[in-house]
Amino acid sequence: MTQLRRLFLAPASLTMGVLFLAPLAIIFVYSWLSRGVYGGVAAKATLENYQRLFDPLYAVILLRTFAMAAVATLGCLILGFPLALFISRAGARKNLYLQLVILPFWTSFLVRTYAWMFLLRDTGLINSALQSAGLIRAPLPLLYNNGAVFLGLVYGYLPFVVLPLYATLERLDKNLLEAAADLGAKPWTTLTRVVVPLCAPGFRAAALLVFIPCLGAYLTPDLLGGSKTVMVGNVIQNQFTTARDWPFGSAVSLLLMAVVMVLLLLLIRRNGEELI
Amino acid sequence: MKRGLALYAAAAYLFLHIPLLVLAVFSFNSSRFTVWQGFSLDWYRAAFHDPQLAEAAWNSILIAIAATLFSTVIGTLCAYGIWKRDAKVLSGSLYLSLVTPEIVMGISLLVFFQWIFRFLRVQLGMHTVILAHVAFSLSYVVIVVMARLRTFDATLEEAALDLGATEWQAFREITLPALAPGIAAAALLAFTTSFDDYVITSMVAGVDSETLPMVIYAMARRGANPVVNSISTMIAGGLGALILFSERLRKS
Repeated sequence: MTQLRRLFLAPASLTMGVLFLAPLAIIFVYSWLSRGVYGGVAAKATLENYQRLFDPLYAVILLRTFAMAAVATLGCLILGFPLALFISRAGARKNLYLQLVILPFWTSFLVRTYAWMFLLRDTGLINSALQSAGLIRAPLPLLYNNGAVFLGLVYGYLPFVVLPLYATLERLDKNLLEAAADLGAKPWTTLTRVVVPLCAPGFRAAALLVFIPCLGAYLTPDLLGGSKTVMVGNVIQNQFTTARDWPFGSAVSLLLMAVVMVLLLLLIRRNGEELI
Repeated sequence: MKRGLALYAAAAYLFLHIPLLVLAVFSFNSSRFTVWQGFSLDWYRAAFHDPQLAEAAWNSILIAIAATLFSTVIGTLCAYGIWKRDAKVLSGSLYLSLVTPEIVMGISLLVFFQWIFRFLRVQLGMHTVILAHVAFSLSYVVIVVMARLRTFDATLEEAALDLGATEWQAFREITLPALAPGIAAAALLAFTTSFDDYVITSMVAGVDSETLPMVIYAMARRGANPVVNSISTMIAGGLGALILFSERLRKS
């Protein structure tokens, strides 16, 4: 078996090695080098790129990104848990309800983000409707702010929360719920004192599944946010396009990767390798 | 509590689906503005007559087909190999690629290609986009095929080996047919993720490889344009149908 297995694993190892690990390694090396004259890098070692992360200009963006990701994660958890609960109790219709969550999740992230631009912009549906109803005279500034980015993130990643929470709820030992009821607990008490604590691993996995992509969000703040809602993802993109500072962009990318990896390892330690 | 939960769920489903439904409805609006004026297919006609859109759609389809072929074959073989015995480094890097922010994957591939191209005389183009798409869709394929393998009865393969089949024959004649629905589901998923990707594609695309999401992005940025509504509706509808089909295969 070993020979066939090795043969089967070779193309994937090659793909991941060349197209995933090697690019990350190059980014790592670049992050210690100096900026080249026309973009690219100059072979002169420096710590400057990492020092610049503490520059107030970027520190503010880093903090804002963390705060935005945290708030969006919280929003997803609060909105997603009741939905997961509803699906887990839906009996024969479970699959249908689950598919209704999965469907928008896999349907073009770009198109779904654009849908919010269509709703929120000055000439968008909400402002047009309010104006033609005579409720407002000038369009409300709904787009290009923190609220719009928050909305876009919650909308984009809500399914990430529902699926693991639903999986955890499905695996709950129903006897425990009956025991709680037999001992006189009201449904609400059973929910808050038994169900929610037992779902802790699901909550941890769900929180991380949203928090990680929110930290690295690029498209959402780019399309729905304005200059005051720049997140880390936009900084990285900017360093590799307009700003042409590859070493600094590499350092920011590595910081992001480091945070993601630490969070993932923490989750694996708490929840075991199955993650939920 | 039960009724409250059902009401809440109804509101949540509206939140998840209304934006796309509204977009779809207004793609049939005869007015250029966001006020309903009557039914028309003008914006679909405009979309179909735009040569830039046609070229981008063609690019997207070619890229998605090529990336799907590669990642499905490589990913299926990989899932089978890992299922036989875990390969820690490989499965670890597959998981890591799954959680790597798209923008990081995009810039690291850009830097990597630029670095390689100093030695080879090639440029960014369709080939770099396809390679990038294989890199990020591989983990999806492995996960979906692996889920199918977990429900596969390994003794069937052992029986084949006992009856004198070679390892390759056992894989080819017994395991592979049993995996077929999972592989098809994985391929559809790879196709949708490739067809839809903007962030990574925009970093590694060249002048001749503009994809549909790249054109939509540029049009959306430029301001209100009802043509974006009609293309978006077609993409969401098409990808949605593929996903439902993939889900059905996965569960069969």
